[in-house]
Amino acid sequence: MPEVSVAAVAEAERLRGAYRWMLLARRLEEKISSLYHSGKIVGGVYLGRGQEAFSAALGVSLWRGRDIFAPLIRDMAGRLAFGEPLLDPARTYLGSVLGPMRGRDGNIHRGRPAEGMPAMISHLGSMVSVVCGMLMARRFKGDLEAVGAACVGDGATSTGAFHEAVNLAAVERLPLVIAVANNQFAYSTPTERQFACRDLTDRAAGYGIEGHAVDGTDLAECLMVFEHAVARARAGHGPQLVVGTLLRLTGHGAHDDAAYVPEALKRTPLGRDCLERAGQHLITRGLATPEELDRWDREVTEEVRQAVATAQQDPVPEAAGETWRALCSDLQP
Amino acid sequence: MALTYLEAIREAQHRALSTDPSVFIYGQDVAVFGGAFKATKNLSREYPGRVLDAPISEDAILGVAIGAALEGMRPIVEMQFADFSSLAFNQIVNQAATHFWRTGVPCPLVVRLPSGGTPGSGPFHSQMMESIYAHYPGLVVLTPATVGDAYSMLLEAIALDDPVIFCEHKFLYYHLKEEALPQESLPVGKARIARMGRHASVVTYSAMVHEALRAAADLALEGYEIEIIDLRSVKPIDSDTVLASVARTGRLLCVGESFPWGGVCAEVVARVVADGFNLLDAPPQRLNARDTPIPYHPNLWAAHRPTASAIAESLRRLLRF
Repeated sequence: MPEVSVAAVAEAERLRGAYRWMLLARRLEEKISSLYHSGKIVGGVYLGRGQEAFSAALGVSLWRGRDIFAPLIRDMAGRLAFGEPLLDPARTYLGSVLGPMRGRDGNIHRGRPAEGMPAMISHLGSMVSVVCGMLMARRFKGDLEAVGAACVGDGATSTGAFHEAVNLAAVERLPLVIAVANNQFAYSTPTERQFACRDLTDRAAGYGIEGHAVDGTDLAECLMVFEHAVARARAGHGPQLVVGTLLRLTGHGAHDDAAYVPEALKRTPLGRDCLERAGQHLITRGLATPEELDRWDREVTEEVRQAVATAQQDPVPEAAGETWRALCSDLQP
Repeated sequence: MALTYLEAIREAQHRALSTDPSVFIYGQDVAVFGGAFKATKNLSREYPGRVLDAPISEDAILGVAIGAALEGMRPIVEMQFADFSSLAFNQIVNQAATHFWRTGVPCPLVVRLPSGGTPGSGPFHSQMMESIYAHYPGLVVLTPATVGDAYSMLLEAIALDDPVIFCEHKFLYYHLKEEALPQESLPVGKARIARMGRHASVVTYSAMVHEALRAAADLALEGYEIEIIDLRSVKPIDSDTVLASVARTGRLLCVGESFPWGGVCAEVVARVVADGFNLLDAPPQRLNARDTPIPYHPNLWAAHRPTASAIAESLRRLLRF
C-alpha cells in the first residue's frame, strides 16, 4: 500500500469539499435563475457563476462559529461553504417568513449576524468596516483567534467606504481578510474605467498590509492562497488583501444579458469556467472519479430541489401580521 | 459644585464606562486629547483601551460601531461636529437604522453629535441634523436642552437597544450649569413643560428652549403667559404633551434651529393640525433658521437663527391673530 501523507489527504478532502460547495451553489443559482425567469421570484437575482472557486475557497478556509464572513452578491458558494443553511437562500429569494429575513429583505441581502455572517446592504464597500467592528468587539472580549473576511468586487474598491475601512483595519492591525473578486466588470463598467493602477494587489503596499494575487478560476490555487492569508491574519500579521482575477460568466443580475462583455475576452484564460476546471483537476489528479462527480451532481441537484420545494410551500408574509415597528425597544415613535 | 452641560456629558460617559464593560468610545481625537470639546477628557486614562482614537473616516467609524454593536458591545461614537456625520450618513441610515427590522438582531449604539450654531462657526461647524435623522425609521433622536437631560438622556441612550442619535448643543456646553446631577428624570419619549402658560404654546427643543424662555420672560412683561414645551426627544415625539398644551392655550408656535424646509417643526404642526384642529384659535406657526447655509459672521448668524427677540416677535403676531 503506497504511503500517503496526512497533508495530502487533507488537501484532497479540502479540494473535494470545496468542489462540492461550488457545485451546490451553481445548481442552486441555476434553479433560482429559472424561478426568476418564470416569474416566481420578484426583485433582483444576482449570480456568482464563474466566481465559485474564489468564493468557496474562502468559505472553507474559515471556521464557522468562530470566524466572521461577510459575503457580497456573488458569494453563494462561500456562504454555503461557511455554513449558511441551504434553506436560507431559497427562503430569502422566495420571501418566506421562515427565512432569516422573513420577507422584509430579499435575495442576497441576507445573513445571520449573530452567527458571524452579517447581512449585506447594497451600498458597496460598507460591509468592510462592519467586519472591522465585529473583530474589534472580539478583541475587546479577549478573543484574539477570530478572523473576519469581507468580500467585495473590483467596483467596490473604488468607494470611499472601502478605502476608509481597509486603512482603519491596517491602523488597528485587525485579523481581516479582504477578498476582492476582480471579475472585470462592475455591472457594465470595465476595469479600465474603474481604476488606473496596474494591479489591485499593489494597493496593499499603500495601506501597509499584505497582498496576494490569485488566479480566481483555479480552485487549488485559491484554496492555497486563502488558507495562507487566513493563517497570516490569525497569526497576527494584520489585514490580508487577496485579489482573485476571473471573469463574471453571467450578467450583473439575471435581468442582464451582459452583451457588453467582449466575446474575445470570454475566450481568454480568464473566461475559463472554474467549476469545470476544478472537476478536471480532481479527475486528473486522481482525487475523484467522473462517476463520483456525476453522483455529487445528482445529490446536490436533489438537495436544491428539496430546499426550493420546502421554501415554496412556506408561508409568505401578510401585511396584517407585520408589526411595522423598526425599533427594538418599546418606544412609540 | 456646579456642573456644565459638557461636564454632564462627560460624567454620563464616565458612569457608563464604569458600570458596563461593553461600553467603549470611538472617535477622532477622543483618547489622550480628550476630544475636540473635551467631552472625553481623562476617560482614556481611567479606562485604558476603551477610549480609542479613530482615523478621519466617518463612514468606517460608524461601520465599526455597527459591527461592534452586532457583537454585543455598546459603542459611543463621537462625531467631531454634527456636520461631519453627513460622511457617515449611509452607515447610520442604511445599516444601523435598518438592522433590527431586517435581521431581528439589535444594533445598540450612540452617535454623539456636537450640534448647532456658535458665533463664528460658519456653514460646516454649526448644523443641526435632528430632522434629517428623525426622517429615517429605526433611529431614536434625542435633543437635550438641560444639564440634567444631557446626563440622564445620554445614559438612557447608551442603555437603549436601538441606535440613538444624540444631538448635544455646542452653545450649551459651557454656559449652562446646574448644581447637581439629577437623581431621577423623565424617560426618553416624554416632553417637559419648561414653563407653564395659558396664552400660547411654544414647542421647541435643544438650545432654542433657552431662547424661548427668554422670549416668554419678555412677553410676561407685556401680560402674556407663554407655555414652553421642551420636546427633549424629537423621535419618539411626545404628541400627547404637545396637544395637551395646545388644548390649554389654543395657539402654537414651533421653534427649531434647523433649516425651515420640512423637519421637526413641520412634523409638530402637522400632528397638531391633524389631531387637534379644533383646539386651535389661530393658524399654527413655526420659526426656523433661514433657508440658506449658516453664515460665519456673528451679525449674519444672529439673524439666521431664531433668537429670543425673533421668537417674541413671532409670538406677538400669533397672539394678535
